Amino acid sequence: MRRRLLSVAGSEPVGPYTLLRLERGDLEPGEPGQFFMLEAPGRVLPRPMSLCLATRSELAFLIDPIGPGTRTLCELEPGAELHLLGPLGNGFDLAVERPLLVGGGIGIAPLPFLSLRLARIGSGRPPAILGFRSEWHAEAAALLPGAEVCIEPVLVTALLPEEPHDVLACGPEPMLEALRLLVPSAQLAWEAPMACGYGACYGCAVELDGELKRLCVEGPVLRHGGTHGSPMSPLLLRTGPASRAWAPAGQSPAPPATVGSRAGATSSDL
Amino acid sequence: MLLNASGCLDALTAPGVARSLDGFVTKTITPEPREGNPPVRIAETEAGMLNSIGLANPGRERFLAEVLPRLCELGVPLWVSVGGFSAADYAETCARLEGVTIELNLSCPNVDEAPEGAAEIVAACREATELPLYAKLSPATWNLAEHARAVESAGADGLSLVNTLRGLTLEKDLRPTLGTGTGGYSGPALKPVALAAVYACAAAVELPIVGMGGVRTGLDALELIAAGASSVALGTILFSEPEAPARIRAELAAEAASRNLAHPLAAHRMALRSLARLVAEAGNGFEKRLQIGEKHSA
Repeated sequence: MRRRLLSVAGSEPVGPYTLLRLERGDLEPGEPGQFFMLEAPGRVLPRPMSLCLATRSELAFLIDPIGPGTRTLCELEPGAELHLLGPLGNGFDLAVERPLLVGGGIGIAPLPFLSLRLARIGSGRPPAILGFRSEWHAEAAALLPGAEVCIEPVLVTALLPEEPHDVLACGPEPMLEALRLLVPSAQLAWEAPMACGYGACYGCAVELDGELKRLCVEGPVLRHGGTHGSPMSPLLLRTGPASRAWAPAGQSPAPPATVGSRAGATSSDL
Repeated sequence: MLLNASGCLDALTAPGVARSLDGFVTKTITPEPREGNPPVRIAETEAGMLNSIGLANPGRERFLAEVLPRLCELGVPLWVSVGGFSAADYAETCARLEGVTIELNLSCPNVDEAPEGAAEIVAACREATELPLYAKLSPATWNLAEHARAVESAGADGLSLVNTLRGLTLEKDLRPTLGTGTGGYSGPALKPVALAAVYACAAAVELPIVGMGGVRTGLDALELIAAGASSVALGTILFSEPEAPARIRAELAAEAASRNLAHPLAAHRMALRSLARLVAEAGNGFEKRLQIGEKHSA
């Protein structure tokens, strides 16, 4: 359990988001859907971010500047140094036959790395459908070439194809709740506030199998398969009408405050 | 001696971190299982963090049957943090433990149920066990030194100082960040509070003290030792830096050496020794004024 000190190689704006590129040294990127705790310089706690892209020399994180920690990360200059802990948690299970990537807003963050990994072990890039709240946010779709994109009020669930797929998804809670109902076998990357990312703080507890468990240890990618509850099930109910509004028909607009703003241990701020 | 603060480390998911400490302190164990509080449970502030975990734990029976045996395999001295909602709750858990040090959590800010008086709980636990008993007290009282004297009289073997302070943060829409509204405030902002609490209690009682609250560096640890702590526990820093124990241990040795101290514990009560010298020089009248001052500032 050791952090590494990495240097900022650069950062690029991607719509409202920032792609922060770090020189990776010998740090392993882990599996798609796993996350790292990024030191947010000047802040007390690090921020959980799932890996967006990995090259031979760099690790890249897509960050939505929604709070003081994420803003600090987006403003880092080349050469700045920060500590990383990870890769942490459980990523996506890549042993799937007909992968379909589904992303909402900043929830697109882990999908480019996932797409490239799947392409490497399969035949070409898997299909992807992405939903964003505006054209500006949708500029992030450039990170996932060939993806089908929709903008609110059209919701990404409206793009789900008729034929069955192995859904691998990351996005805002209402989107994940809807997918869980529509595609019970989906692998979903959830998000919860975390102080540590390695099981110490119990801040990210969610309900699984009728018990509270730590999302950082059991997730952030969960395979529901009808065997256990949702992180948002009654014991810890925090999403009310929003998830129902989004559910099966996929046509009702969800509250703008949640859509595309936070997703899947990818970009949380405190 | 370097420990973790209760609730700030899970030795089973991070055994390497636990082994880098001189002792591992468990999350607080209550008689019945507790799910803990609804989310959001974590909030960051400019100088610390709030938590409202709410003593989530598997309950006494599962802890004893499933968790404790696995913790024993780690080979790290164990401290079990014991909680409850009556003196009998605490005493019953104490009676079931062996081969560990017990820390009585008399001060969780995230639980509404008011426990009986600290001294009463310590006395009941003293009846129930011969194991070392440390009383963890809240700094949120004007007469902390009196609490320390009371738990000493009741049979405590040591003090753990301090628990978190109650705090509140608001979101942009001016609603509380945490699901429970308020939570326990920890991190750098707590350090002067912890120093003052250790200092006041070290002047009041002879008991060994585990000092904690906002420790980030070896110098922070040395200051707590100088204020009267004989052990130091790490809390919030472990969340951001799991390898902090080794760094702080090295810094602590270097800080002691730079002051020509043979060992960090050579600084023990140094802050109080200068106080004692002042008292000796000034005579009884000064001592009286000092006690009154302590009462008001403790």
